[in-house]
Amino acid sequence: MNTLMKRDLCVALAFLAALLVLPLFIGHSRYLLSVLMNCAGLSVVAFGVWLTFTIGRINICQAGFALIGGYTTAILLSRYGLSFWLALPLSALVSAALGALIGSFILKLRGIYFAMLTISLTEAIRLSFLNGGDFTQGSKGITGLAQPFAGDSPLPMYYLAVVLLALGLLVTWRVHYSRLGRIFRAMRLNEDLAESFGTNVWRYRVTAFAIACALGGLGGSYFAVFTQSVYPQSFTVEHSIYFMLFCFLGGLEFVSGAIVGAFALTILFELLSQFQQYQTLVYGVLMISVILLLPNGLMAVRSARNEGPSGRRMPGAAPDKARAEATENPTTGSSS
Amino acid sequence: MLQVLINGAVLGAVYALIALGLTMVFSIMRVVNFAHGQMYMLGGFVVYYLYGQYGLPFYVALPAAGIVLAVVGVAFNHFFFQPVLATATREENSMLMAVGTALLLENLALTFFGEKQRGVPSVMDGALIFGDVAEGGIVLTHSNALVATLAVLAIVGLLSFVQYTRPGRALRAVAQDKEAARLQGVDVKATTTLGFAIGAALAGLAGGLLVTTYGVNAGMGTNITTKAFIMIMIGGAGVTKGAIVGGVLLGFAEAIGYDLLPGSVTYLMIFIAMIVFLVFKPNGMFGKPWG
Repeated sequence: MNTLMKRDLCVALAFLAALLVLPLFIGHSRYLLSVLMNCAGLSVVAFGVWLTFTIGRINICQAGFALIGGYTTAILLSRYGLSFWLALPLSALVSAALGALIGSFILKLRGIYFAMLTISLTEAIRLSFLNGGDFTQGSKGITGLAQPFAGDSPLPMYYLAVVLLALGLLVTWRVHYSRLGRIFRAMRLNEDLAESFGTNVWRYRVTAFAIACALGGLGGSYFAVFTQSVYPQSFTVEHSIYFMLFCFLGGLEFVSGAIVGAFALTILFELLSQFQQYQTLVYGVLMISVILLLPNGLMAVRSARNEGPSGRRMPGAAPDKARAEATENPTTGSSS
Repeated sequence: MLQVLINGAVLGAVYALIALGLTMVFSIMRVVNFAHGQMYMLGGFVVYYLYGQYGLPFYVALPAAGIVLAVVGVAFNHFFFQPVLATATREENSMLMAVGTALLLENLALTFFGEKQRGVPSVMDGALIFGDVAEGGIVLTHSNALVATLAVLAIVGLLSFVQYTRPGRALRAVAQDKEAARLQGVDVKATTTLGFAIGAALAGLAGGLLVTTYGVNAGMGTNITTKAFIMIMIGGAGVTKGAIVGGVLLGFAEAIGYDLLPGSVTYLMIFIAMIVFLVFKPNGMFGKPWG
């Protein structure tokens, strides 16, 4: 665990350092900066999904809570003329409160039921904003939001994204590598057992979900001012699924997995833009290949190789026959 | 109101077909097939091209949709799902793969078929009219009646196949207990493949049936997948009876909702009702505890 944690820390710090220094080299390009801002914002939201994974729940409603955060900011800014610096934490708070409220009911669902329910929840939240009448402006969305920074330079906005990323990382890191994180892990491995040892499972999983939703709201609030607008279509089921993919791709064992996945997939998508109409197609193919070749995420690449025969076999190394046998062996597929 | 109920029944019959396919794959592989809606969309395109564009008869195009999707299902199972199920250390990985295949199918369709909404000419002309339409009589077009009949026939066919044939028994055995089925000499691998093929084929058939009423476009998959999830959650995942009940219920709810409420409020209500329902009955109406 210790070496894994060290690797986690190295990757996380490397990312932050790179993000702090990069504007020196690419500061002239608004496009490159905006790609990085996008990545950072998405990472903040993805941290929430990652955190829900640690309690053994597949969270596909993060886009919904990002939307709640975005709309809270937009409404506070445009309707009540509040400062962005007040609206930002308030958005996270509203998301967390709603998350705790909804979570206290739906978190008793497990596995695939929870995953499917959260997909519906994303849709339900989107439809609520779509039908919110005057308050949410329906499908027109809320546009022309005031900017927190004066001037033309994109750099303040960029550093805001980096700071939020660092904040999200800090929160997730503190939660994961602490007593709380150990309780979450225990709950993921066996909720009933954790409960029988005196853990108040209900309280802890609502806590985890509320923190996750707060991160979603924080990211959503950031995107609302970054794009100066928020629409019901700003975050949809598709985004929820992408957030989940970021975490998977980066690796669920590492806090920095969410960042790695978000940056890798978002930058990859931008790189593919030269293929124009085939962009999304190539993206889909690449993603499937990655899942086939790196079933435990990018961050786990080296450990998979090192631990060789202990069940974390590299898929390429496994001969077809062994693979077929493993398929039919139920103990391999389900770890928890 | 009677008209609304008729529409609901037609929709419900096809929805039950969609839900049955999804529940089949889930009960056999414990994989939630996120690509189910995309497979539905593909079935719609097969019928659109064979029947709408090349002028083949509908009763050729529809089975073709089922067969094409069955082949896609076998290929997906062999190349994508089995390797992932074999090597992953977390069960969520199979879900990730399902999401990946959904994106792949959708993007393939967008690349090759474009984003345009397409429809096909009516399969049959004319309509059954009961009573005077102006005074609350009801209209059931022949082609809608055909769609509903074919959907019910497909469901009955599938249920009898699963109930009375040898491969059908093997499917039920694998769904109940993989290990015990293997000990009884069931070829688990072949049966799993068969199950995935049937699940995919059902999605294709449903797509081929509904293309006659709603048309098809490359981006409709996620929407259908979400609906399919609602159906199997209401009924209980992995339960045949639940899939049928869930499908029919959603069909009626949608028809009645669209009649009474403005546009997207219907689904908002359906989502809220479902979430509340699941809070009290987490495993759906007939589901086993699972998770």
